[in-house]
Amino acid sequence: MSDWLIYRTFWDLTVTGVALGAIYALVALGYTLVYGVLRLINFAHSEVFMVGTFATLITATNFIGIPLIEEGNYPYRTGITLVAVLLACIVGGMVVSGAGAVLLERVAYRPLRGSGEHVGAVVLAFASAFTVSLIFTGSTRTNIIIGLVGTAPLAVLYLRIFRRGRSAPRLAFLISAIGASTAVAEAVAIWGPRDREQYQTSRVLEKRVLFEFLGTDVRIDYVLVIVGALLMLTALVLFVNRTRLGRGVRAVAQDVETARILGVNVDFVILVTFLLGGVMAGAAAMMFTLVYDQTRFNIGFLLGVKSFTAAVLGGIGNLRGALLGGLVLGLGENYGAALFGGQWKDVIAFVLLLTVLMFRPTGILGESLAKARV
Amino acid sequence: MSLSDAFKELTSRPARTVSGVGERVGDMPRVARWSLIALFVVSLYLMPWWPEVPLLGWLVDTPGTSFEGVITDKVVIYVLVALGLNVVVGLAGLLDLGYVGFYAVGAYTLGVLSSQHANLPWLLCVPIAVAVSMISGVVLGTPTLRLRGDYLAIVTLGFGEIIRISANNADWLGGSRGISKIAKPPNIGPLKFGILDAKPYFFLGLTIIIVVVFFLRRLEHSRVGRAWNAVREDEDAAELMGVNTFKFKLWAFAIGAAIGGLAGTLYAGKVRFINPSNFPLQLSILFLAAVVLGGTGNMWGAILGGAVVAWMPERFRNFADKRVFVFGVALVLVMVFRPQGLIPRKIRKERWLANWKPPQRTPQFGETGTGRG
Amino acid sequence: MLLEVTDLRVAYGKIEALKGVSFGVNEGEIVTLVGANGAGKTTTMRTISGLRTVIGGSIKFNGQDITTMPSHQRVKLGICQAPEGRGIFPGMTVRENLDMGAYARVDQKSVAVNEDMERVMQLFPRLRERTSQLGGTLSGGEQQMLAIGRALMSRPRLLLLDEPSMGLAPKLIAQIFSIITEINQQGTTVLLVEQNAAQALRRADRAYVLETGNVVKMGKGIELLDDPAVRAAYLGGR
Repeated sequence: MSDWLIYRTFWDLTVTGVALGAIYALVALGYTLVYGVLRLINFAHSEVFMVGTFATLITATNFIGIPLIEEGNYPYRTGITLVAVLLACIVGGMVVSGAGAVLLERVAYRPLRGSGEHVGAVVLAFASAFTVSLIFTGSTRTNIIIGLVGTAPLAVLYLRIFRRGRSAPRLAFLISAIGASTAVAEAVAIWGPRDREQYQTSRVLEKRVLFEFLGTDVRIDYVLVIVGALLMLTALVLFVNRTRLGRGVRAVAQDVETARILGVNVDFVILVTFLLGGVMAGAAAMMFTLVYDQTRFNIGFLLGVKSFTAAVLGGIGNLRGALLGGLVLGLGENYGAALFGGQWKDVIAFVLLLTVLMFRPTGILGESLAKARV
Repeated sequence: MSLSDAFKELTSRPARTVSGVGERVGDMPRVARWSLIALFVVSLYLMPWWPEVPLLGWLVDTPGTSFEGVITDKVVIYVLVALGLNVVVGLAGLLDLGYVGFYAVGAYTLGVLSSQHANLPWLLCVPIAVAVSMISGVVLGTPTLRLRGDYLAIVTLGFGEIIRISANNADWLGGSRGISKIAKPPNIGPLKFGILDAKPYFFLGLTIIIVVVFFLRRLEHSRVGRAWNAVREDEDAAELMGVNTFKFKLWAFAIGAAIGGLAGTLYAGKVRFINPSNFPLQLSILFLAAVVLGGTGNMWGAILGGAVVAWMPERFRNFADKRVFVFGVALVLVMVFRPQGLIPRKIRKERWLANWKPPQRTPQFGETGTGRG
Repeated sequence: MLLEVTDLRVAYGKIEALKGVSFGVNEGEIVTLVGANGAGKTTTMRTISGLRTVIGGSIKFNGQDITTMPSHQRVKLGICQAPEGRGIFPGMTVRENLDMGAYARVDQKSVAVNEDMERVMQLFPRLRERTSQLGGTLSGGEQQMLAIGRALMSRPRLLLLDEPSMGLAPKLIAQIFSIITEINQQGTTVLLVEQNAAQALRRADRAYVLETGNVVKMGKGIELLDDPAVRAAYLGGR
């Protein structure tokens, strides 16, 4: 991992760095959006990304029938079929990650806001009955049955408690998100399609060299990732700035109570915010598997931390900042790894962050979803 | 008070938490209070024998692992760490996601001084290790504590990771192989610190915890403690009132780091072999979970939280590969139902507000209208 | 009666901020709530907009019980507020702030919305000059105009104004109050909360005096203005 970097050229590092940065940026958008609206570090966002990688994988292997890399050769599709396959994979990732983010909001966040939450009550009722059963018996089927039986009475009880009418302290949201993140990652490790080992996904497209750029071969997957990320970001910026709902998102970010007074359904806006972040993470997940051909139940954690770093680097709450932060981080990591050795990659990322925050305490572009135009 | 009154009193009160118990103990006559506390402390020292007590034993014993090992290697360490982190997060209100870094600094200092590069005795190494941890807290805090809450979180998280990766890559620190043959505490009379018997380590750890608790209690009620309160509740207001917020935040960081380092030395002295994989980023998160789970800002909460987080996964080992999942679900449930933690911080302000009634002024003029237009 | 508040009780923790407030607003009126700091005026307004949960009593709007209705639905019914402290979105332009006023309307982007925008610009010519300026850069008086104009953009049947004169120069206060009268004459019912009791009572059809969470007095605006007790308590006169 460490030595190969040294033999690469500067432009080589640039291309791969930009592609990595684009993935960071897309995941960072989820952190930035939620932070902008709720002032919370959405700690479980990394798992939203992880779930997305599995969704892409399942779409590719189970629905389209592309075998895993380790299972032998696969005749690559071309032309319009390839486009359709790629679209199917990205949509699979986006749908599952988006749904995951929304569910996360309703289970781990909204109950803490204290205004009652039905979906959260039902899911948590099932989860707690299931878990208690898990402590006593090992049979998954028994656990599910007991979980289902316990759901209805517990959900009624939980819902009453969720209507406590006042919001929990901020740290509680963080810990609840950490809990949800742990539970999701572990659930994937235990009951997911594979065990805890890292394994290679299926390869959807042949990684041909598309063109040469300053003496560096630019592979097609890098181009797809970079172009795709830019398109997604543009769409998001347009949505937030140009649509009525987008204006609602900004209003909630700037002043929740006034937004309420003016008729904004704040809970709905928060849900939309999580959905947008999830969709972006889903797209990032598909691009990640496209480039790196691998996934694992705990793949989200470090990538999430890095993406959050990218968001802070660019200025959290700032959509363009997420892109800039992602790119700076991706490039900085690559150049730094070439200079100092690959084992220092993560240290370089954090030293970069520290240096930037010393001089610009709110990131390169500053916080913005709230304060200025996005 | 007659017996029936006492009964009424007991039944009419809602179930109180431990903080309520603390209050009642505080109201007791001196002798009763101290004997109760003494009894409690003695029972803590007897903890290694708890599994042999009938009902309690079934409740606490850890199937598959020795209970003694769990309380010395994990519970004592986690409780100490939670106490230290509580100073930073709970008292001063600084979100630290890289606390494992200080823990590692403490452990590594002991390792370096007693095995890797020198052969200093344990008793000499520990104060040095605590001092080094404290200095690392100041070094990290000085540039970063001017950052606002959530920025601090990510920077500290980075710090924890930097420490681990550096240890992993520096041959001087043993690299990924780590450091072995770390010094153990010297024998004190009948207490022989060997590998056969874990109890002496437990007694040592518990004693350190009690000392730290006394120290922190003094600190909490001192000028420093009040300054932390002010910083936590409203930093800007505190600054305006003339509190040097930066100084007190740095103090919190340094004291927290020192306690974290102390826990690290305790850990390294017990297991006598450390390597970078003992200090993953996730451990920081787990430590934070312990503090918040127990009740941010409440020392007793931190102790309970640390103990629960350390002990629970061991208690339920019979579904070994699923206990982390259970832990995650439990974390969400506790936050949803007790967002202030298992033992919430006592808020004095709330108590006097509850009894406060606005002055009833009689209308100074004319009739009192409850108008309808 | 357009708005009917009956025995409203609201608490912050264990402290009751409103201890059974009752009052009403008829269609077409200007009604004002006056009272000292902490009397419960702003709490009343926030509760009518749905920002506070109620522990007792009821709020009826146009005959419909809205006591537990979420805020955003109340706006759809025609209740809109210019809140205390104005609540301007600092990172949005004046234009966008005004657009936010029309957020809950069903007839988005219609001619009617443009007409209303024009009407607001006529009421507050200053806003027209500043359409693409960020809300956070406006002066206090301009922000107040923007807050009122923004609330008007929702085409409210009942306009709630919380302390519109706060922090403004006397000349501006007079201007704001005459605009409020104008808005009312164009057909919008107004519920006004003011510490500046003299101005408010002069403009109001009817007034209620709030004290520590209770309505202690009610009557015609002019009558209360002459009431010696009210004068002593709120107008600084003898």
